[in-house]
Amino acid sequence: MASSKNKLISKPVLQIGQENNLSSINLKGSWNLLAINESPDIIHELKGLQINSDYIWCLDEVEALDSAGAWLIWQVWGEEFPIQVRIRPEHKRLFDRWKTFSYARPEEAQKSWAQIFKDENKVILAFYRHVFNGIILLGQLLLDTLYLLRSPNKIPWPEISMTIYSSGVKALGITALVGFLIGIVLSYLSALQLQAFGAEIYIINILGMSIIRELGPLLAAILVAGRSGSALTAQIGIMRVAEELDALSSMGISHSLRIIFPIVVALTVTLPLLTVWTNVAALLGGVVSAWHTLDISMQQFVQRLPDSVPLVNVFIGVGKAAVFGMLIGMIACHYGFHIKPNSESLGNETTNSVVASITVVIMVDAIFAILFMGTGMP
Amino acid sequence: MNDVNAIHMENIWTQFGDNVIHENISFNLPKAEILGLVGASGSGKTTLMREMIGLQAPTKGRVMVMGKTLDYESGHISGQMLSQCGVLFQKGALFSSLNVFDNIAFPLREIGVKDFEWITHLVALKLTMVGLSAKDELLMPAELSGGMIKRVALARALILEPTLLFLDEPTSGLDPIASQGFVDLLCELHHDLGFTVVMVTHDLNVLNDLCTKVAVLAEKKLIAYGPLEVALKCSHTFARQFFHNKHAEKVFMNREHRFG
Repeated sequence: MASSKNKLISKPVLQIGQENNLSSINLKGSWNLLAINESPDIIHELKGLQINSDYIWCLDEVEALDSAGAWLIWQVWGEEFPIQVRIRPEHKRLFDRWKTFSYARPEEAQKSWAQIFKDENKVILAFYRHVFNGIILLGQLLLDTLYLLRSPNKIPWPEISMTIYSSGVKALGITALVGFLIGIVLSYLSALQLQAFGAEIYIINILGMSIIRELGPLLAAILVAGRSGSALTAQIGIMRVAEELDALSSMGISHSLRIIFPIVVALTVTLPLLTVWTNVAALLGGVVSAWHTLDISMQQFVQRLPDSVPLVNVFIGVGKAAVFGMLIGMIACHYGFHIKPNSESLGNETTNSVVASITVVIMVDAIFAILFMGTGMP
Repeated sequence: MNDVNAIHMENIWTQFGDNVIHENISFNLPKAEILGLVGASGSGKTTLMREMIGLQAPTKGRVMVMGKTLDYESGHISGQMLSQCGVLFQKGALFSSLNVFDNIAFPLREIGVKDFEWITHLVALKLTMVGLSAKDELLMPAELSGGMIKRVALARALILEPTLLFLDEPTSGLDPIASQGFVDLLCELHHDLGFTVVMVTHDLNVLNDLCTKVAVLAEKKLIAYGPLEVALKCSHTFARQFFHNKHAEKVFMNREHRFG
């Protein structure tokens, strides 16, 4: 690249000589931005000149000059033409431009203490605003649900189906893989402990309880939040940037009915299904591992599992997943509608959406754990 | 021959799948000329311009820019062209997370200019040249009007003082006054900086007031190339519809008086 440029432009040259018993400064070659930038020493050489009025400046052999080169020379001249200068008319025009140019850099607003305090307040207020907007969103969803129950022909089936496909069907592979591997890991670690007590058969209780009640819903939720939550936030953001949201509003189409409702409903339906799928994959991983390490067969596993894990745990797990799905959908939409039309905001809000989704899912999971503490134990 | 030509296109064929866009297009654009590329929507004007910039490779043919053949396969065309080309995209393509100053200073910083004083003066000069003031430096792209976005994008395209400027529909989305202002501005800059311009446009006023050469694309071919008079005399259906409707006749009336 540099070599190709060198072929295009000649180097800037500065020579000090004598002319009519006076010292002369001869500038030759290219004195444009690219040429000067490739010869940084020339700037120091030029700025280091001890200038006085006895010098003759000879610029008539300069091959190329642009505003950038002219500015550097103009600064060395002290922003006025030297008494003796030889210059081509087309180059003089560039100096004339700097001569008539005045520039005052605009002051960037300095932050006062009051402003800093105000900004801190804004951060605290932003948290409450998120909570407040979340409540409004929930209220709007309830209203939309009531409206759609009265007018079922307005239910946006295509949008719901599309979201189920993109966030559910397309996530089957990754959830199965992660579930299967977690099942293997959990089974291996537990097997080592159980072998020490001679309680190998309890691997079925440990795997069944932890996966069906806790890990399955949580794994599926975290994967969906990371995969689909971020995508949905970005999608809504791009819709704002491309004025698609404004187009919908101008047609009198409600954003909440056509965008938020289908996403929330689709994720509320998808996540329990994905949870069941993840549970199966994780249990399968656990069975494979248990068979390998503890010699517990698949038949034993299937026979003991219903006794070890009461059915209510399946309902708790699936119910939790539905709530997680609803929350992920709401959070994705909430942050999506916060995106401003610039790429930085798009990145920030998408990150915020994923972080908030995962945090809220874990918080709600903890609440569920406390609420159902005594339920579903064998 | 190529020393006097800014652009040399030789037997250009462009094809997307089975869809042929250009069939055997050839022309030479001498330096310091202003070329207007016109044609119906979908006729491949922007594609042809992207091939000149090096953003897209033609299926067949040779493109020379400022005497150098573009090597599309090396993938370093943008680098080779950096010193010589400025591009104004249709929607400005300003970096939304940078303010006006940083957007214009971006190419300077990319080539390694570090002297902040130098950068600020060059940015301010270009801002002034495109009719904006220093106080606009701190604005973000989202805070700019359509006309201002075009001006900032033009300032960014001009910051390295290119010898070749590509403009994709520079007046689209501007009101007639802003559009005329943009034409006057380009005229002035062309006079001052002496660059070659290639622009895609549908604006008859721009063609009439600014372009020294016009290339008309229709049915995959270059049906007319030369001064505007050549396009006006072209007998192709598209050229007749484009240059000889009521609006066009009003625009070109003075020209016909001037040129007979």
